[in-house]
Amino acid sequence: MKGSRNLRRIAVAAALAALVLAAVAPASAQSLADFEKKVTVKTLPNGWTFIIAERPEAPVFSFSTHVNVGSAQEVPGITGIAHMFEHMAFKGTSVIGTTDYAQEKVALEKVDKAYAAFDTERRKLKADPAKVKELQKAWKDAQEDADKFIRKNEFGEIIDRNGGVGLNAGTGADSTVYFYSLPSNKLELWAYLESERFINPVFREFYKERDVVKEERRLRTESNPVGRLIEQFVMLAFSAHPYEHPVVGYMSDLDSFSREDAQKFYETYYVPSNLVTSVVGDVKASEVLPIIEKYFGRAKAGSPPPPIRTVEPPQVGEKFIRIPDPAQPFYVEGYHKPATTDPDAPIYSSIVDVLSNGRTSRLYRSLVRDKQIAAAAQSFPSFPGDKFPNLFIVFGVPTPGHSNDEVRDGIRAELDKMKKQDVSAEELAMVKTRAKATLIESLGSNQGLANNLAEYQTTFGDWRELFRAVDKIDKVTAADIRRVSNQLFTDTNRTVAVVETVAPASAGGAAGR
Amino acid sequence: MKTTRVISASLLALTCVLPAAAQVKNYKEIKSPPLRSVPIPVPKRVTLPNGMLVLMLEDHELPTIEVVTRVRTGTRLIPADKAGLGEVFGDVLRTGGTKTMTGDQIDDFLEARGARIETGVDDTAGFAEAWSLKQDFPEVLKVLADVLRNPVFADQKIAVAKSQVGTGIARRNDNPQQIMFREFEKVIYGVDSPYARVTEFATLGSITREDLAAFHKKYYVPNRIILGVVGDFSPQDMEAKLKSAFGDWSKGPEAKDATAAFQTTSKPGIYYVQKDDMTQSDIIMGHLGIERKNPDVYAVAVMNEAFGGGFAARLFSNVRSKKGLAYSVRGAVDYNYDYPGTFNVWMTTKTETTAAGIDALLEEITNLVGTPPTDDEVKMAKESILNSFVFNFDSKEEVLIQQMVYAYFGYPADYLSRYRENIEKVTTADVARVAKKYVHKDQLAILVVGPNKGQDRPLTSFGNVVPVDITIPKPSAPAGAAAAKKSAP
Repeated sequence: MKGSRNLRRIAVAAALAALVLAAVAPASAQSLADFEKKVTVKTLPNGWTFIIAERPEAPVFSFSTHVNVGSAQEVPGITGIAHMFEHMAFKGTSVIGTTDYAQEKVALEKVDKAYAAFDTERRKLKADPAKVKELQKAWKDAQEDADKFIRKNEFGEIIDRNGGVGLNAGTGADSTVYFYSLPSNKLELWAYLESERFINPVFREFYKERDVVKEERRLRTESNPVGRLIEQFVMLAFSAHPYEHPVVGYMSDLDSFSREDAQKFYETYYVPSNLVTSVVGDVKASEVLPIIEKYFGRAKAGSPPPPIRTVEPPQVGEKFIRIPDPAQPFYVEGYHKPATTDPDAPIYSSIVDVLSNGRTSRLYRSLVRDKQIAAAAQSFPSFPGDKFPNLFIVFGVPTPGHSNDEVRDGIRAELDKMKKQDVSAEELAMVKTRAKATLIESLGSNQGLANNLAEYQTTFGDWRELFRAVDKIDKVTAADIRRVSNQLFTDTNRTVAVVETVAPASAGGAAGR
Repeated sequence: MKTTRVISASLLALTCVLPAAAQVKNYKEIKSPPLRSVPIPVPKRVTLPNGMLVLMLEDHELPTIEVVTRVRTGTRLIPADKAGLGEVFGDVLRTGGTKTMTGDQIDDFLEARGARIETGVDDTAGFAEAWSLKQDFPEVLKVLADVLRNPVFADQKIAVAKSQVGTGIARRNDNPQQIMFREFEKVIYGVDSPYARVTEFATLGSITREDLAAFHKKYYVPNRIILGVVGDFSPQDMEAKLKSAFGDWSKGPEAKDATAAFQTTSKPGIYYVQKDDMTQSDIIMGHLGIERKNPDVYAVAVMNEAFGGGFAARLFSNVRSKKGLAYSVRGAVDYNYDYPGTFNVWMTTKTETTAAGIDALLEEITNLVGTPPTDDEVKMAKESILNSFVFNFDSKEEVLIQQMVYAYFGYPADYLSRYRENIEKVTTADVARVAKKYVHKDQLAILVVGPNKGQDRPLTSFGNVVPVDITIPKPSAPAGAAAAKKSAP
């Protein structure tokens, strides 16, 4: 037993040692071939794809379930619902979280009816306030009836009790991700829980949870100056594509959408062919796959979700928003660029690296070190998502006594240089070395690797792109960087948003936000 | 495992004919095999003749090597009029260069290799960390030793560091939760305590290159340093490398550090920070907590898990899930390694439910003492801690860092395995006892950050309200500039 474990470890070490050779050799194709031996991919007949990576370092495993749906799939009226569903995926099933599902089901249907009646009345042109109040009370009462059957947070409790750590989930513009880690003897329990939550979810406590999400919106967006800025910035940059929606949703939609809306959204997008789950750690594919087939194979194959039709039209003029705010100044600008599947994607990543990765980067040396006009200046290749055409963004945090204008000029000078002069051979070599070192480091964490494998599989249909991306960066030339910089950094392609400090509104005249 | 495979294979064959729900049992029927036992790896310990303690742990999975060091110092040893020295020092030690390499040269050298060296100072220690691919390690180690031993604190890099720390001062009121935790620490430990002290423009402005050099000379000596290294190396070879990098560094004086003073009795009351550009109130309440050396720490850990720990814990269940009042809600009697933590319970809730939020937290605190966790809650909390215990040593880096922390604060090397045994021994009665002993509703300081209009009930309904002024004192102009300004109209 012990012997075989050591052998596996040696095999892993050998595979990874090959990787380091790759860090000095021109390509990582060889290392990918070695890493592939540790990885098994299986798509079940219903379309759900699994990636298993054996990493038997410690008796634990992590997983990551990527659902190919995010706020980009939302339409006006239900913004925030992808994220809302993420919250509902912790609420249990017909077995978990209930004392009597048969009765609870009936009670939940009453909640739906009561909410529909209340919502219809309050939206009438001439709503009767007394009637609205009465219907609202009936809805609250129906919720209380349904709550009688709840076993609070049983889903999370089972995971806690069994030693789960890092239980969480996240929603973005492109995807919704669920993850945690467990001791490796709990694999079958995990397969049950993770399959049940998506095959057989029950949206209990929906309206209480909607209140929780409203608090989340207040916390991240309304009461946070950078949150306020970024929401406005994205809304301004996109005029047509749903990337314009904030992931958390508009407050009016959070006040309106229903349990039935969430149910519809779930039925459309949580079909097995839209899901990828990766499992990384002390697991053997030969032992895991039968368990996965048993539990996840139960999901019925559904129709593929509808595509997003709208494509953001080309921007024809600069956009600018100045947000007067009690907070300190903040500067951000963005440029429209293609989706991450575009062949130029590695070039955008390289530009980001040259501009703002570390203390040798151009923005750091110019704005932070030499001019001291910014405490930080960073760029990102894809925002707010990357599956559809998105934004290359650059932001700067002015130091005290320095202005957004100075930061803007400092950033623009560096972007101009990217257009006019080739990056140096040293800079380009750094980009390539760092891409490889980062990949090697990422292989050392179960959760990090699980997230990466599932994300690349979801985005590119092949987890191997994680390795190939490094090879592609290795082929980027200085001429590529100049060509793409010239396409990207144009005045008419730019959206700018700034926070400019104003004295806080007086207590009496505070404008409501 | 084998039987599972056979059974599931036959179940799979049936999938097409049986309704899906029929085959899957309740999770309670799933039997987990025992966890394969893995011994906690033990780092090799060597004390160099100059007093530097070295811990080495091999990990051959990836071709990388990481060094972590702790230096016996900390911002708590810095006088109040030099607040900010730790932040500036922590940055410039690394960025300011050495006698043989400028800071920029170090940046170029490391980043060309995808390697890192970072330094810093927190409340209780200084730290330095290095990471590199194995092939680059010998050179990276030489630079790390140079940074620790021969820093020059270049003026230009001091200016950069100060501008960054100054940015932090100017922006410290932009984040409501940051205000909440900062002002709460002041209320609990006392404004003058090093555990609550904040850097001001005036104290930052007074920091000189000489201050940094003196701080380095006083604390950065080998006998105040614990150095850990984990990664793809052989201990013999590594020991030789470390000896060559640090062996000829002479020992410093064996000084006893002053202890940091703080108030030990809390000042109950309602503290209020008015901040109108929010749609929420941040609420925190509590008093002084305990030290980790306290023998009750195990019962407290179990209590915390049941009270404020996971998804099923009371605070989350009642305040978030049941009442829908908050997205974030947490609470615990916290413990530090060598000074008391705080007991704190906090949440954020919309302005219109500020008082309801305070009521809800007060109710949970009353219940924690009055209706302490039941047998079931205690059992669940213990299972959660014990079953997740393996995650304390699922990476060798984590094990190494734990061992360094135990060595630094004088805890036994087997603290972690003893911790597990002690958690197993905790009873429901222990939890009830520590709830009464360490949670005091009559000593609560309650602090609220939020808009002054729109609350469901005025804060005065909870008692006398003490306003907290968070105005940031302006940077004082240099003497010459002030004189020049005076003459201007």
